[in-house]
Amino acid sequence: MLHNGKMKEDSYITKQRIDKASLWKGKVLPLARLDMELTERCNNNCLHCCINLPKDDLEAQKRELSTGEIKNILREVVSLGCLSVRFTGGEPLLREDFEELYIFTRKLGIKVLIFTNATLITEHLAELFSRIPPLEKIEVTVYGMKRESYEAVTRTPGSYEAAFKGMNLLLEHKVPFVVKGALLPQNKEEIDEFEKWAAKIPWMDKPLSYSMFFDLRCRRDNGKSEAIKNLRITPEEGLKILTYNRETYFKEMREFCSKFMRPPGDKLFSCGSGRDGGCVDAYGYFQPCLMLRHPGCVYNLRDGSLKDALENFFPEIRKMKSNNPEYLNRCAKCFLKGLCEQCPAKSWMEHGTLDTPVEYLCRVAHAQAKFLGLLQEGEKSWEVEGWQQRIREFVEKES
Amino acid sequence: MEAKVSLDMIYAPSENVVAREVQGEFIIIPITSGVGDLEDEIFTLNETGKSIWAKLDGKKALKDVAGELSQEFGAPVEEIEKDCLGLAEELAKRRMLVEVK
Repeated sequence: MLHNGKMKEDSYITKQRIDKASLWKGKVLPLARLDMELTERCNNNCLHCCINLPKDDLEAQKRELSTGEIKNILREVVSLGCLSVRFTGGEPLLREDFEELYIFTRKLGIKVLIFTNATLITEHLAELFSRIPPLEKIEVTVYGMKRESYEAVTRTPGSYEAAFKGMNLLLEHKVPFVVKGALLPQNKEEIDEFEKWAAKIPWMDKPLSYSMFFDLRCRRDNGKSEAIKNLRITPEEGLKILTYNRETYFKEMREFCSKFMRPPGDKLFSCGSGRDGGCVDAYGYFQPCLMLRHPGCVYNLRDGSLKDALENFFPEIRKMKSNNPEYLNRCAKCFLKGLCEQCPAKSWMEHGTLDTPVEYLCRVAHAQAKFLGLLQEGEKSWEVEGWQQRIREFVEKES
Repeated sequence: MEAKVSLDMIYAPSENVVAREVQGEFIIIPITSGVGDLEDEIFTLNETGKSIWAKLDGKKALKDVAGELSQEFGAPVEEIEKDCLGLAEELAKRRMLVEVK
């Protein structure tokens, strides 16, 4: 058939993996990705969690978006071209309308990435995921390989058995999922066992990832934040985990450093937060990213729309600059930006501001930089002149 | 799975897929398992496929679809019939189209 003066192409239909294919050929989608935090409530009570509220917190439940409100947001998601939504929490499966929302989303032609602890996966849900596949691998966080360690973290009797039962149901129904670890003093001796067990899961196509440099409470309920600080791994211990596969680590770091190492300057947002995506929290506030809940950075969707936030609100947020001398003298001049998790969200959780250096993250970045040979003992990254040469030499060095 | 298609057959999009047009790309997204080949893939239609898909309404036979498109594009009907058969075969074998009897 003639199209734009061209005769018919070879194939009518092409398979695409939207995460890998350059489907949009450089075009920018108004909304490329969206996280939806369906609830902050969770049936576990993990020691290190930055967000969880008790599963029976009725106050929180009352404030949550209704089924209809979530459906309206999802309809707008479609109109903005988004193809993939992440359902997270809290524990997203805790919502009584989870199944309804999941089917609704899939029928809109949206892929669903589910973050879960797997404890609430029933035969019925596994069968649903098999019949109507999420089209994204479910991601399950595992808190230990033994009942004692697992439940020492979750502080919920029966959670170990429920989680492994849930994962076995996914296996039986051939529902693709991957696992991730959370490394705490309670389970850190079980890494080898975890790695061996995880390797048997047929869909594990990437190295295991671990959360270990824990975030403090996103809502800044500081009693719990102090407890989380005590669970954080030391930068040196973290380095051991990151370099578990030394060769892969160096290869990835060379590639990473070639792209992302430079001082960020006084602009607060050097990441892509809020540019073509964001996170809707359980109560209808649209945030530039999952972690940033500073009241000045969130947009109430109950009084507006995703489109308005993306076009008018987030661009203003992204223009924000630091005026904190401490930040300007350190973070703004630091070439380790690519290795450091310092960002407005982390600063908010840690200090209640958007631009205060987070010492722990700074120590983690310095430990990595020293290991990679980018810094000498005693050097401070923001004082290094000629950092470009160091990066160049590192990137070009043979492994 | 081979799908036998002929110009007398009538097709409609399966209820097990959703078609979306995003940034000029025409995408078919499987809803249920058994559609397509792998669970994590979506499908895009080329311009020819897109024009034909839009006319598969479960009422018109492929030959009528080809006739309409021939008039719209001013192209030989024989060639468009070949396109209709080709697309219908590709989509039917992936269960993205269903035959309406």
